Amino acid sequence: MTSTKIICPNGHLGFAPLKPESFHIGVDAKPDFIACDSGSDDVGPGPLGSDTSTSPLAWQKHDLEEMLLASRKLGVPMVIGSAGDTGTNSRVDLFVSIIKEVAKEHNLQKFKVGYFYSEVDKEYLRKKIRSGNPIKGLDERHDLTEQELDSTEKIVAMAGVHPFMTLLEQGADVIIGGRSSDSAIFAAAALSRGHDEANSYYLGKVLECASFCAEPYGGKETVLGEISSDDVLVTAMSPAQSCTVASVAGHAMYERSNPYHEFVAGGMLDMTNCHYQQVTSKTTRITGQTFVHAEEFRVKLEGSGKVGERFIGIAGIRDPYTIENVDKVIEWAKTQVKAKFGEDGYQLHYNVFGKNGVMGDLETVKDHKAHELCVVVQSVAPTAEEAEEICMTGTRQMFYARLEDVKGTAGSVSFVLDEVVQASAAYLWTLNHTVAVDDPMELFPTHLTEAGV
Amino acid sequence: MSTNQTTRKLTDLAKTIRSKNAGVDKITFDIIFRDQANYDLVKQSESLTRETICKLYGIEDNRISDFVEFDPAYAIKFTIYRDRPSGSAGDPDIFGAQQYAPLLDLDIAIPGKS
Repeated sequence: MTSTKIICPNGHLGFAPLKPESFHIGVDAKPDFIACDSGSDDVGPGPLGSDTSTSPLAWQKHDLEEMLLASRKLGVPMVIGSAGDTGTNSRVDLFVSIIKEVAKEHNLQKFKVGYFYSEVDKEYLRKKIRSGNPIKGLDERHDLTEQELDSTEKIVAMAGVHPFMTLLEQGADVIIGGRSSDSAIFAAAALSRGHDEANSYYLGKVLECASFCAEPYGGKETVLGEISSDDVLVTAMSPAQSCTVASVAGHAMYERSNPYHEFVAGGMLDMTNCHYQQVTSKTTRITGQTFVHAEEFRVKLEGSGKVGERFIGIAGIRDPYTIENVDKVIEWAKTQVKAKFGEDGYQLHYNVFGKNGVMGDLETVKDHKAHELCVVVQSVAPTAEEAEEICMTGTRQMFYARLEDVKGTAGSVSFVLDEVVQASAAYLWTLNHTVAVDDPMELFPTHLTEAGV
Repeated sequence: MSTNQTTRKLTDLAKTIRSKNAGVDKITFDIIFRDQANYDLVKQSESLTRETICKLYGIEDNRISDFVEFDPAYAIKFTIYRDRPSGSAGDPDIFGAQQYAPLLDLDIAIPGKS
C-alpha cells in the first residue's frame, strides 16, 4: 500500500489566521488531503450556549479560502471538523455558505460539498434517561439529571470518524463537520485510504494542533503527516521549525490529563508503547501505537446552559490600609447588595488582582505585598436590569466602604469608569457526559450539496 | 535530609513549565526537561510528587486526577479538578493558562557530591 500525506495548517481554524508561507510549502509537497479542526471547548461555554462564534468571520473566511483554493488546485479533499468553534448546526451552515461564496468568487469548477450536523435534541436524551440508559458523567461528574438537561440551551455530540468516512465514500470534495474529535478528522481520511486504525488515529493525534507538535514554539504553521503500513512520519513545513522527538512526544500530553490514552467515539488510541525516532532534521517517525475498540459505543456530549445576564465593574485601591482590609471593603459592598436583593437568585464575584485575582484559592502567595489592587466585580442575574443594579451596588459601595481607621474619607476606591459594563451573558458547561448509541451515525446526519459554477 | 544536600529551583531545571485546560473540568500541568539528566534528577528528588503538589497548592489529594512521569518526553505531568467548570462566572482563568506560576519556585532537593 502506498503512503498517504495530510497537511494541517491550523489547530483551531478561525481563532487566529494560518501562516501562508508554511501552508504553501505544505501544498507544494502534494498532500492527499488538506484538513484541520475549527473547534475548542477552551473558549468557554458562552459560544455554544448562545450559538455564536468567538472567531471573527474574516479569519474564518481567510483560512477556508486558502484551504479551498489549494485543495481544488490539487484536486484533493479538504476536511474541516467542529465548524465555527462549537460545531453547532448554524456554524456548519455558515462554513458551507462561506465555501459556496468563495467558490463563486473564484469561479471554481463545480464540486461536491458534504456536511454533517452534531446537535443533539434534548428530548432524545430525556428518552434515554427515562428508558434506563444513563447519560454518564465524565471527569467525576454524576449522571445527567433531567433538571440539568432542562437548564441546557445547546448540546453537541463529538463525532468520531464515521460521518467523515461516509461523506468521503460519497465522493465529497469538501467536508464541513459539526462537533468532532480533533483526531477523527485526519484518522477518517487515512482510514478511507485503507490504513490501519492505530496509525490512522495516531496520525490524527499528532496533526490536530498543527505546529504545536514542532519546535521552536510557534502556532498556526503547517505540518505534514505521512502514514504507511509501517509508521507515521511528521514533518514541520515552516523553515524555522522542526518536528523533533521531544516536540512530538511532548505534544502527546498537551491539553489532556493522560499522555498515553486518547479516547474517541468507539475506542481508544494507546500511546504507551510509542517509539519516537528522529529521521531527518525536520521529521520524526512514530511506531508502536495501538488502537483498542470500546466494548460499548459511547459518544461524548458537550452542553451549555444560560445562567443569566452579566455586568462587570472595575475598582482600584491605592491606600495601604484599605489594601490590607480589602476583604472588609468587599464584605461591606456584598452586604449592601444583600440588603436589597437577598441571599440568592443572583451571583456576585470579586476577582482581586494584586492579591489572588488569577488563581483564587489556589494562590500560594498568602502574604501579598501589592502597593495597588484592581478589583473586577461581576454580577449575574435573570435580567439585565437586575444584573446592572447588583453590579453597580457591588462596585459603587466599595467607594463608601466603612473602615474604622481610614484616613481617606472621600472615597475608598478609584474608578477608571464610573459605570458598570454589560458583558456577554453567563453560561455554564452543563454537560460533559457520554451517551450510548446503537449506530455510530445516529447522532450525525450527513448531507451533500454542490458549490462552484 | 543529608547535610550536604542542596536545593535548586524547578525553573532552573525545566525547559517548559505550563498549565492548560484538559477539557472543561480539569487543568493539566506539564513540566518538561531538555534532557534525561535533569528529568531523572527531579524524578529521584521526590520534591515533585502528589504530596508536594498538594502542599504547594493547598489542595487535598483527591483534587489530583492524574500524576504521570512521561519518559518519552522527559516530562512530569499532573492534572487537577477545577472547583467549577471553565468559563463559569467568576472563573479568573478560562484557559487555565496561568496556574503553573507557583511551580517555578518549587525547591528541588539535589544530592550533594561526597
